[in-house]
Amino acid sequence: MFGIEDPCVWMAYLLSVASTILCIIYGAINWNRGDT
Amino acid sequence: MIAQGVGLLEGGLVIAYMAAVGYLGWLGYRRTRTTTDYLIAGRRTHPFVMAISYGATFISTSAIVGFGGVAGMFGMSLLWLVFMNILVGIFIAFVFLGGRTRRMGHALDAHTFPEFLGRRYESRFVQVAAGLVIFLFMPVYAAAVLIGGTEFIVTQVNVDYSVALVGFCVIVAMYVVFGGLKGVMYTDVLQGLIMFVGMVFLLVWTYAKVGGVIDGHRDLTAMADQAFPGFQAMGHGGWTAMPQFGWGDSKYDLWWLVVSTITLGVGIGVLAQPQLAVRFMTVRSGRELNRAVPVGAIFILAMVGVAYTVGAISNLYFHRYEKVIGRLVEVTEVAEVVVRKDRSVEKTIPCKLLHLDTRGEGRIDTTLVAEGVGKAAGIMPRAEIRTLDDGRVEVYPRATSFTRAVVKQNDRWMFNTDSIIPIYVASCLPRWFGLVFLLTLLAAAMSTLSSQFHTLGASICRDVLGQFVPRLTDRSTSSGVLVARIGTVVGIVLAMIIGYYARGGYIVARATAIFFGLCASSFLPAYLGGLFTRWMTRAGAIASMIVGFVASTFWLTFIFAKEATALGVVQQVTGGKTSLLADHPNWPVVDPILVALPLSLLTAVVVSLMTRPARPEHLDRCFGAGGKASKQE
Repeated sequence: MFGIEDPCVWMAYLLSVASTILCIIYGAINWNRGDT
Repeated sequence: MIAQGVGLLEGGLVIAYMAAVGYLGWLGYRRTRTTTDYLIAGRRTHPFVMAISYGATFISTSAIVGFGGVAGMFGMSLLWLVFMNILVGIFIAFVFLGGRTRRMGHALDAHTFPEFLGRRYESRFVQVAAGLVIFLFMPVYAAAVLIGGTEFIVTQVNVDYSVALVGFCVIVAMYVVFGGLKGVMYTDVLQGLIMFVGMVFLLVWTYAKVGGVIDGHRDLTAMADQAFPGFQAMGHGGWTAMPQFGWGDSKYDLWWLVVSTITLGVGIGVLAQPQLAVRFMTVRSGRELNRAVPVGAIFILAMVGVAYTVGAISNLYFHRYEKVIGRLVEVTEVAEVVVRKDRSVEKTIPCKLLHLDTRGEGRIDTTLVAEGVGKAAGIMPRAEIRTLDDGRVEVYPRATSFTRAVVKQNDRWMFNTDSIIPIYVASCLPRWFGLVFLLTLLAAAMSTLSSQFHTLGASICRDVLGQFVPRLTDRSTSSGVLVARIGTVVGIVLAMIIGYYARGGYIVARATAIFFGLCASSFLPAYLGGLFTRWMTRAGAIASMIVGFVASTFWLTFIFAKEATALGVVQQVTGGKTSLLADHPNWPVVDPILVALPLSLLTAVVVSLMTRPARPEHLDRCFGAGGKASKQE
């Protein structure tokens, strides 16, 4: 994948992007949630 | 000094950048003069200001120069640290720890991380011990950030390492000691945005240079046999592959180094970083933390994801595409270039070196390996050299990142991993970008250093000395501020001394991993237990801190070969061995965190179950009656 043969390396790529997407989804759901 | 040898455009860019930073710093300081101003600024502040400010403090020259250089040496296996930085450093830290830390910190009126732990466990010992650990070991991490910035100055401005280090330290000291501790949110954001744009530019430029993403990766995979023989013996399988995994043979050493020290040591250690945990306590509401999560994740992905990818791909650029043109000033026929240097062991490789003036300034600014000498001819790259019509030479170094990063230290030549990214930026990218990137990196270092030294000064003043001289924590007197500033200066001097003597041997990444691992082993069980459980007791917290700290320092001093040999105690005890377990393969490269953190966790649980829990009224104050940490009205 992406020209990288070792799945242990491209999996790290995918998981990094996936965890970023997880953070974006979390932020979108909880944007107006949260005492001041 | 910086303007030397640069054109009008570059000079103008530098001046515009400095003016913008100065103006925003002044604006930020002016707007936080009163509590009301502070709160209004807080209400008007977009959440990404807090997130990028956190990111700019989290990511510094340590990550970009230090770990980027390690990626140049060991390859894309470091991408696992990117995953850990985002999942643990952002998602878990903000979602699970941030809100609780903020609420409990306010309920206990805690202003520092040691004070937070001390008040949660009603223990002066916990506060003083945590403050001492921070005061004694924070300079190690600060030195890592300082060295990262200094290496970049050396490459871009072409000055001596010690001059650059002292100059950088003086600027940092002025910035930190005489104000600049508050009101830097605006400058953090400007620097963060420039870092973001700069890193994206760096990534696009790099892939364009090496023929695109897929072809670049394939070409990098194909040059796996070019890896330095010493790395291949440790399990290096190329820059697009994980090192060999296994146990009981030194060919698995690299896997354990990458996974235990680089990935887990730094990836988990971030949760117990005092200067980052304190940020949660200064946030206005839980909503800000939620909004900071996506911004922080994208920022971290762009910073470390790019740094580690570019670090690995720089091998392909240096090996296939780099062309250096300049006047050949000097040739060293045989130089013993240091590959590895510890207190008692020094390994060198004889090389023929070319010293060039590529900028037309009349002095040497680039040194390349022409070839290995004698037996080293078979393992070192052989440069292709051609003389041009105007008398200058054109050199294709055909090097890897490691063998390209030749620097001089105290009249000795050495391969220096921490110089890989600075040399790559200077060689591959336009000159104007190198200067802007230099200023950006120094700003990134400055934002991290200011919070490190602020934490260090607060620790010695409020958490250690303040516990014995209450006057120091009384806000109506000025002696506390003075002690904090003296502590900060002592910390800066310590960091500078470490920075001077510790250059080489990917010290930036190592020093960062030492501090992160030590914090995790000493503080994490007490911190997590204090946030999430009512049954963690004072005795459990104290015992886990002691066990975590002692196990970490014992492992660093006697087992973990790289640091043990640098400290030198183990050689005296064993009569010259690099580790007590030197005869047992792989153990000497297992990071202390893999041993000390489980021991510390186990101790916290066992001792807490055997001792009396805290007073119910104290726990109610910490958590609120419903079992959840809430602010006491």
